[in-house]
Amino acid sequence: MLTPADLGALFLTFKVASIATLLMLLFGTPLAWWLARTRSAWKGVINAVVALPLVLPPTVLGFYLLVLMGPAGAIGKLTIWLGLGTLPFTFPGLVVASVLYSLPFVVQPLQTAFATIGEHPLEAAATLRASPLDSFFSVVVPLAKPGFLTAAILGFAHTVGEFGVVLMVGGNIPDKTRVVSVQIYNHVEALEYTEAHWLAGCLLLFSFSVLLVLYTVLKTHPVAHPLK
Amino acid sequence: MTTILARFQLDYGDFKLDVDLKLPGSGITVLFGHSGSGKTTLLRCIAGLQRAPQGFLAINGHVWQDSECDLFLPTHKRPLGYVFQEANLFPHLTVRGNLHYGLKRAKQNPGTVKLEQTLELLGIGHLMERMPEHLSGGERQRVAIARALALNPEILLMDEPLASLDFKRKQEILPFLSRLHQQLDIPVLYVTHSQQEVAQLADTLVILEDGQALASGPLSETQSRLDVPLAQDREAATVWQATVAEHEADYHLTRVAFAGGSLSLPAVDAPVGTPLRVQIYARDVSIALEAPTATSILNVLPATITGIADGRDSQSVIRFQVGDQALLAHITRKSALLLDLQIGMAVYVQIKGTSILN
Repeated sequence: MLTPADLGALFLTFKVASIATLLMLLFGTPLAWWLARTRSAWKGVINAVVALPLVLPPTVLGFYLLVLMGPAGAIGKLTIWLGLGTLPFTFPGLVVASVLYSLPFVVQPLQTAFATIGEHPLEAAATLRASPLDSFFSVVVPLAKPGFLTAAILGFAHTVGEFGVVLMVGGNIPDKTRVVSVQIYNHVEALEYTEAHWLAGCLLLFSFSVLLVLYTVLKTHPVAHPLK
Repeated sequence: MTTILARFQLDYGDFKLDVDLKLPGSGITVLFGHSGSGKTTLLRCIAGLQRAPQGFLAINGHVWQDSECDLFLPTHKRPLGYVFQEANLFPHLTVRGNLHYGLKRAKQNPGTVKLEQTLELLGIGHLMERMPEHLSGGERQRVAIARALALNPEILLMDEPLASLDFKRKQEILPFLSRLHQQLDIPVLYVTHSQQEVAQLADTLVILEDGQALASGPLSETQSRLDVPLAQDREAATVWQATVAEHEADYHLTRVAFAGGSLSLPAVDAPVGTPLRVQIYARDVSIALEAPTATSILNVLPATITGIADGRDSQSVIRFQVGDQALLAHITRKSALLLDLQIGMAVYVQIKGTSILN
């Protein structure tokens, strides 16, 4: 059965994933909007940067974050100056790392959804007296609803499934940064295969359900999205 | 001050728009040209959907763009209605939702009375709860027109609203547009490449080519301008606006009056006073130097020659003034020479056939 430590890890995982998903939607939406519509020369560069976590080993991303957020790093100096201390091995640090790591899984479905909508509904909205912000909420958001759902589900699921970045940036602190994937690793290291089975089974079921929803209900192809 | 002043210059490298137009602030002005002539770009500049770097636009005294003082009203602040070539309805809203989208954002709410009139005029009252995907192309376009009119706009802009429809759907909507024409007191700018739509709808005609306005003015005057390719066209015609004056039931004929004369037409089923558009093809007009005394042609009118030009192949194109109306005739060059036609000559035109457009 699940031990109290396992339950703590599960709870922490869903907390990180929920907060990270909200933040990714918040920052990812304007970013995806800009990427879908800009003709700027920077588009390619920004697209590549956002997609980097798809191809980088998580340890590489984790390593750079550790350095940047550490006391000598640029982000670390800023957080210390703000009186927040440093982020590595804290819950907020874990959230920041998760956001960066899973961002492409949110930005790319949104970007595709926005690009598919195109210019025409926006022009119609403008001729019907809707300001750009108004038409974003009254036209773009409803039309991009499947894109938002896909983005949220993928972002959440991918955050739940991360391991390398978490271990590098968060460490292995019970109830603070020890998420399910790390907890499974701990069980296996300690040869507690029964406990490992229970947790691994939970994640397997969760991930399968998520993908089933994406493929059958939303009829999207989550794997195709990030690579598009 | 009821005029539209529109001056735009823009340069996309392979396409340049350079127009300076003064258009009447009422009636339907058709912007006519082939694809690539710049007619849609001009309309989009007027709507503010595209921004010409050099431009001045005033609609009935209100300045919407003046690049001299960096004034550019964004589209959503312009009191206009716009009908797109593809109806461009919001797919996530019902017909009612589409109509109310603009209605609730427009400043002066015209109230439901006006909307009901529009729905009736366009015959879409029974479609209110449908989603756009369940409408036919013609219905979709009628909803789009209603959606634009519901705003109570100061000007209506229409970008080839019939171009994406098949012949049958066009015939379904054209009568609605003609009716709109009679009931609407705002100016309409209507983009098309169809001569049929020009003939049926235009009061004022602007002919565009390669981003420039070749000609602009009242319909029959512009249609008959000899320096414009339209006059040489095999289908060249002039449209006169007339009203039903008298029914001659015995002969199954109707007399219609136009500014400066009258015409006999096959009986028209409409009360006296009904406005009509009469189209006269240039190939149906012949010339006599003296009033013909014995002829089977009913419509013989005194006219003055105002222009002569070479037409296609063996043809000459002659332009006349008949009362207040301009008229075109295509005759053979040989006839023109034999009759020794000159500008300023008083002659008689015989009109073999006419067609009524509405």
